[in-house]
Amino acid sequence: MGNVILHRLIIAVFLLLIVTLVTFVLIQMTPGNYFDQLRANPRISEELVESLEERYGVDDPVLVQYGRWLVNLASGDMGYSFGHQRPITGLLLERFGNTIFLMLASLFFTWAFALPLGIYAAVHHNRILDRIFSFFAFIGMSIPNFFLCFLLLYLASHFYFWPIGGMTSPHYAELGLFARLADLFQHMAIPVAVIATGAMAGLQRITRSNMLEVLRRQYILSARARGLPENRVIYRHALRNAVNPLITIFGYQFTTLVSGAALVEIIAGWPGMGQLMLESVQSRDQFVVVGLVLASGVLLILGNLVADILLAVVDPRVRFGARENV
Amino acid sequence: MYKQKLADFIYLLKQNKLFAAALFTLVLLYLSAIFAGFISPYRYDSEDRTKSFHPPTPVYFTDGEGGLAWPYVKDYEFEFDDYHRRIYEPVEGSRNRLQLFPEGEKYNFLGLLETRRRLFGVEDDGKIYLFGADSRGRDLFSRIIYGGRVSLSIGLIGVSISLLLGLLIGGISGYLGGLVDNFIQRLIEVIMLVPAFFLLLALRSAFPLDWTSVRVYFFIIIIMSFIGWASLARVIRGMVLSLREKQFVEAARVSGVPGPVILIKHILPNTASYFIVAATVSIPGYILGESALSLLGLGIQDPHASWGNLLQDAMSISQLQLHPWVLLPGLFIFLTVMSFNLVGDALRDILDPEHEVSGGNLV
Repeated sequence: MGNVILHRLIIAVFLLLIVTLVTFVLIQMTPGNYFDQLRANPRISEELVESLEERYGVDDPVLVQYGRWLVNLASGDMGYSFGHQRPITGLLLERFGNTIFLMLASLFFTWAFALPLGIYAAVHHNRILDRIFSFFAFIGMSIPNFFLCFLLLYLASHFYFWPIGGMTSPHYAELGLFARLADLFQHMAIPVAVIATGAMAGLQRITRSNMLEVLRRQYILSARARGLPENRVIYRHALRNAVNPLITIFGYQFTTLVSGAALVEIIAGWPGMGQLMLESVQSRDQFVVVGLVLASGVLLILGNLVADILLAVVDPRVRFGARENV
Repeated sequence: MYKQKLADFIYLLKQNKLFAAALFTLVLLYLSAIFAGFISPYRYDSEDRTKSFHPPTPVYFTDGEGGLAWPYVKDYEFEFDDYHRRIYEPVEGSRNRLQLFPEGEKYNFLGLLETRRRLFGVEDDGKIYLFGADSRGRDLFSRIIYGGRVSLSIGLIGVSISLLLGLLIGGISGYLGGLVDNFIQRLIEVIMLVPAFFLLLALRSAFPLDWTSVRVYFFIIIIMSFIGWASLARVIRGMVLSLREKQFVEAARVSGVPGPVILIKHILPNTASYFIVAATVSIPGYILGESALSLLGLGIQDPHASWGNLLQDAMSISQLQLHPWVLLPGLFIFLTVMSFNLVGDALRDILDPEHEVSGGNLV
């Protein structure tokens, strides 16, 4: 198993190199040098522009520039953000952290709600609550994240009951520890609710159909025939088999979540990677764009890695390498 | 076999009311986009700056004294409040009667003839704002109907290109195997490695931001298809891998049918059920992708309308709070996405029950 993971990581690093190279070349090909924009900015001195130009060697061939970027990357230097006027590494780590924080919270709520709802719906198949859940799952799956986000923001602003926009309130610095946490959670609530709704709907549907399928199996029939209590049949015999396949979904879900979260971040004003990406695209802050492509790729790889490890934990066939093409 | 499927389809339409409703909604939306000039009372770019953020004008059917009246809308007047915002109030007793088939602004009917006939309008100088107006006093209803042209067509064209690419590349990958397969698989992994939204923005950033709407339109289709084909190709490859071992393929090969013909005539048609369903559930991804880009100001540019760029007004919370009708384009996106999902679900039930097909939304 360890070998498999190592193997995948090596391939992933290789793929990341290709992706960043392509992004780098593409952005370099764009007409309009970003140093021209810098020169147009009266707040930046000519010397700084020249020293930067020299440092990043704008006149060198693209491949040389990419090579230099890689060498710098190895020492943790991802370049300089012209828009934010600070080194990218720190900026990116900060935003990366904010995004991860938001996503972990969303994932937590997704699973905490979707699993019980899906199980309940399957056990009470075709009853009224099952139908209601299915209906809402369908709505949740179809409602565009950005639209739901707009709706919630509108409600919050209309009734003035909830702070919105950004990560913290303006008076955040003056608050005590608990008040700070409360403030942070309030600001998180809307983006988390939006991201979790979309993910939850899909997961709940899959949980339900998996569970339904397992409940139709022979060993459930035989368990019931032996007179086991219904709770035991459902929660010991059926549930464990229904939940295992869901873990593979985790990796996939992570992929769509990162994309979905980015747009919600922008709308809700959460200072994460998505927001940074938009700013950098708009201001042609090209090293930040390349850095973000790299960082979001790393995020996906991490998500898939966690899914692999979880799968190995619950499934001995994977752990002992019996499964092919892991 | 296809007759059977058609019979299933008609049976399904009768059985599954939701499916029928979804299909009906989609047909209605696409028709309204095609006949946008006729249905909308105004052109998408006809502005009236004195009516900035005019609220929706309800249509009245009674004369206020309990009697029925020919449908009419009221005039509105505005006053500036303390923050210099316009507050509109209806003028009591004013009455602008609705007209059927009035002469409005000139438009091109299906590219065939120039005409002024529109489905409805109001008499004289009155204005009808079914869904309110935007910052420049343009009718939101007309703009939504026109915007549907962009949003709805991008989904169809984008999916067609992706499917074609996915089918061909996935098919070749699975059929040939070996080095070619290896190369294509790595290529797919590279595309799928970066979250779609980031890839979309990164690709967008490599091109001038101030392109005209027409260029952006085609460009968006191209980049979204470029991202979208990968996941489809992966599934098609898997199917081709198992199909090429089947006896009918063996038989074709022995009788000397050339490889490409086997692939296109014998193997790929067997994936039809899958890709019809995959196409249906993928379309929302393209519509959402375009909306997201336009919403962020990187897609279709004003004065042209798409459902995404119409929502730009909602990006500012104070605008949203004062003029909640700017959210209406989002409702259209929601309706379209939900209809495609419903149709996709139903099609899967008759065509391809064993595959769990996912749209792999871009945003």
